[in-house]
Amino acid sequence: MIEDPSQWLTVLIAVLGGAIRVGTPFLFVSLGECLTEKSGRINLGLEGNLIMGAMAGYGVAWITGSAWLGVLAAGATGVVLGFIHALLCQQARVNDIAVGIALMILGTGLAFFLGKPLIQPSAPHLPALHLGAWSDNPALRAALEINALFIVGVILAPAMAWFFRSSRWGLAIRTVGESDQAARAMGLNVNGVRMLATMAGGFLAGVGGAFLSLYYPGGWSEGLSSGQGLMAVALVIFARWDPMRCLYASLLFGGAGALGPSLQSVGVTWGYYLFNAAPYVLTLILMIAASSKKVRSGMPGTLAAR
Amino acid sequence: MAFAPFLIPLTALALSLLLFGGFVSLAGANALEVYHSIYRGAFGTWFSWQNTLVSAAPLMLTALCTALPARLGLIVIGGEGAVVLGGLAAALTGLALIEANPWVALFGMALAAMLAGGLLIGLVGWLRHSRNVNETISSLLFNYISIAILSFLVIGVLRDPETLNKPSTHHIGETHMLGALGESSIHWGFGFGLIACLLLWILYKRTVFGFAVDMVGGNARAARLSGLPVGRIVFLVCLMGGAAAGLAGMVEVAAVHGRANTSLNAGYGYEGILIAFAARHHPLAIVPMAILFGGIRAAGSLMQRDHDLPDATSLVLQGMIFILLLASEAVFAHLARKRGGAA
Amino acid sequence: MDKEQNKTTDQNRRAALKGLAGLGLGTIAGGFGIGDAEAAKKVVMGFIYVGPRDDYGYNQAHFEGKSAIAKQSWIKAVDQENVPETIAVQKAMESMINLDGAQVIFPTSFGYFDPHILKIAPKYPNVMFLHCGGLYDASKHPKNVGSYFGYIDEAVYVSGIVAGHMSKTGKLGYIAAIPIPQVLRNINNFTMAARSVNPKITVQVVFTGGWSNPVKEAESANSLIDQGVDVLTCHVDSPKVVVETAEKRGVYSCGYHADQSKLAPKGFLTGAEWNWSKIYLDYATMIAKGAKIPNLIRGGFKEGLVKSSPYGKAVSAKARAHADKARAQFMKGGFVVYQGPIKDNTGREVIAKGKSYSQTDLWLESMDWLVEGVIGRTKG
Repeated sequence: MIEDPSQWLTVLIAVLGGAIRVGTPFLFVSLGECLTEKSGRINLGLEGNLIMGAMAGYGVAWITGSAWLGVLAAGATGVVLGFIHALLCQQARVNDIAVGIALMILGTGLAFFLGKPLIQPSAPHLPALHLGAWSDNPALRAALEINALFIVGVILAPAMAWFFRSSRWGLAIRTVGESDQAARAMGLNVNGVRMLATMAGGFLAGVGGAFLSLYYPGGWSEGLSSGQGLMAVALVIFARWDPMRCLYASLLFGGAGALGPSLQSVGVTWGYYLFNAAPYVLTLILMIAASSKKVRSGMPGTLAAR
Repeated sequence: MAFAPFLIPLTALALSLLLFGGFVSLAGANALEVYHSIYRGAFGTWFSWQNTLVSAAPLMLTALCTALPARLGLIVIGGEGAVVLGGLAAALTGLALIEANPWVALFGMALAAMLAGGLLIGLVGWLRHSRNVNETISSLLFNYISIAILSFLVIGVLRDPETLNKPSTHHIGETHMLGALGESSIHWGFGFGLIACLLLWILYKRTVFGFAVDMVGGNARAARLSGLPVGRIVFLVCLMGGAAAGLAGMVEVAAVHGRANTSLNAGYGYEGILIAFAARHHPLAIVPMAILFGGIRAAGSLMQRDHDLPDATSLVLQGMIFILLLASEAVFAHLARKRGGAA
Repeated sequence: MDKEQNKTTDQNRRAALKGLAGLGLGTIAGGFGIGDAEAAKKVVMGFIYVGPRDDYGYNQAHFEGKSAIAKQSWIKAVDQENVPETIAVQKAMESMINLDGAQVIFPTSFGYFDPHILKIAPKYPNVMFLHCGGLYDASKHPKNVGSYFGYIDEAVYVSGIVAGHMSKTGKLGYIAAIPIPQVLRNINNFTMAARSVNPKITVQVVFTGGWSNPVKEAESANSLIDQGVDVLTCHVDSPKVVVETAEKRGVYSCGYHADQSKLAPKGFLTGAEWNWSKIYLDYATMIAKGAKIPNLIRGGFKEGLVKSSPYGKAVSAKARAHADKARAQFMKGGFVVYQGPIKDNTGREVIAKGKSYSQTDLWLESMDWLVEGVIGRTKG
């Protein structure tokens, strides 16, 4: 199919660029989910946060003319949804996954409803850094056109890892996630910690949504998210609750998502549906390979106990 | 407090309708007129009732896919994948049995669909039990993978070249289609849903198997110690849940489309999760919940046309109802504590 | 559509609603007779879209058509968006008939026809079901069913000429949803037009696998541009992402479905657009007059069903002249695109020398091949 070996290089570059472009929303949502899950709760509603964030971020950026204010607004809607999640989940017998699904539906519905007037207008986009300016290969230059949010995410991952490992707050979150009893014995407010962790996680997921509408692919439409928020939740398990692994997994996922289109663009035209399913198959295989009966590597204790 | 199980969800429902009314008023619509449209579109006439019940049919079956494993403490969200694979298996079987007697063909299609959906969710349960693979996430991934498989096949090897602009499999034959209930426009899917919910309720309430399921759901380790085959029970319960969703896929093919195509992926699986939780995983409670949500689906049509509200309005209403129903769980827990029972 | 227009339709609708409320008082004893009371005076038309009304593409084109005719005082137009190709569309059609008194229904997505329209139409012999897509066959289908469609491939051909002139690398990119005849025909027209300018041109196709998947569309656009493609076009529900990505990367783009020129002020060349308002008004007039509605209406530039977007400022004079000439030929009628010999991209001769298929030929409706010069394949 491919006659010219240099085309493989461009596929590689496209996958690299895709890893960054497509992977950034995954990165933010998975870091947010990681933070929430470390405290012992699963928030499946981050898809709703993502979509709400994309809509609100676009709307605010359009009205104020500032993309960064849009990012903040997106985060703020995430905080609100996270607050609702945490508030409901701390009631007895309320299942966190069910609340997540409810918020996913509500968030999507509200975003589509309120976002109707935002489909046509053009809001300012987030700026990009041209890290590939040295190269005269246009493909490489495009791949290395990196959005500031991605850099924020790349810094955030090790920062979060450090936070969990070495800070007092990180320890508090981990303790709450390990065992309610131990946390109470230490004098921690279990519900309070979980609420903060869920709200902060919601903020990050909202920012991930803003990346979609304010940078790539850019614009607000009802088809903007194709389940990135849900998939990012899968990523966290895949990354075994480690922020650094969330970063790698997001990049891997972004790259896998870029593989289908880039192979077609060099003439590998067979089975694109299957290539498009690659990220899901990949996660599933790795999940099966990584899990086993005995080791629950990295999984917060309260999640493992149920 | 014997009425609490009815009173509390009804109060939640009323509150969510109030909240929704406030929301649409803010959006510039007249709340009372919107309520009237919902009533008119969902339950106002026999015509609307038929719409509602037809919409409810697949939802009852997909809700079981989440509700059954939930008794074991497993949260499975793979109904969508099971519908898709069930529909695909039904279409393939229908095509293989195209010369057969309609009853044989329909029976074969239902069986194949239930097997396909059941094995998919059974696999999810087995992975959970034997390898500790998170069932929520694996079932989610299987949704995407199943849809990709369906798309790949209907656009490729299974495609009927006559289906020009909507790639689909060949038609299973008009004589092999599943009919309607009596004179109505409600297809048999509704009957299947009712029967499935009833049978599973009996299974849970009246059989040793149901008792064993509750034991495993209560405490898997204790259940294992008392000699119960936990792995087999997990697999069987997931198999039944998946089979119900698979049957929904068969109904879509046999009663609506006559072929398998990407319209199988219409969100029934995801809405079923909502209904399962709203019904608190009780097979009989699924019936009214599915009818309620089916009614919202049916009424969504009128909210758009009468009030110029976007399609997402019904999503907003669903979300509000769902959230308040979940919040009402806390009230149940509170009551239970008052009575001195453990929550 | 712009806000101003939106507001006016909104006001019309509010006024209509108020009127209805008044009527409702009088007819309340007769149950919910709103639809019937209205129908006596107005032509009630129902529109059903598969996606959001304002998607910058396919559904918006229909919504604009509907909004344009809704301004007429003697028409009541109701519509419904995001209706999937399941039993939901059957219910939507019946609901429009039973509750709104619709006399004519326009289900605008391909997949609504079989089995959905074919199942509902026989139940309501007094209602016309006019399907967008041209699948009507008098020997098989009920009399109250019809179809209408525009030969938008004519406008795509004109885009292809402009693209052929403007490309420097000789590589064009086509981002398409799935390989169905409608899509393949557009790709083939685009390719043949471009190659009529420069026979060395190739068109690289990427199928995204779905009608609306912005991330995949953006990724496809970037990949194609990385491969040296310098003119992009697409056939997905909303071309917004493709056109905007092309602009961002500094390559040319051709639009589709609706006018996307605003999205790419520098690189937008032209685009193929529907012009539904004309046909919808024609239908409404026929119904009001009680004229018989033809079961099949098809047409291209000549019949006013399709149009080209205005040229972008990048388009050279030479390209404009050539494209204008091609459009004039279509307007005159008789210009045949599919004129043998034509080979497909596997080298097989699909149309022999001396043979030709004119625009209305049904053989073209089942196209399952890509013409020579296209890189891509029709089977998944």
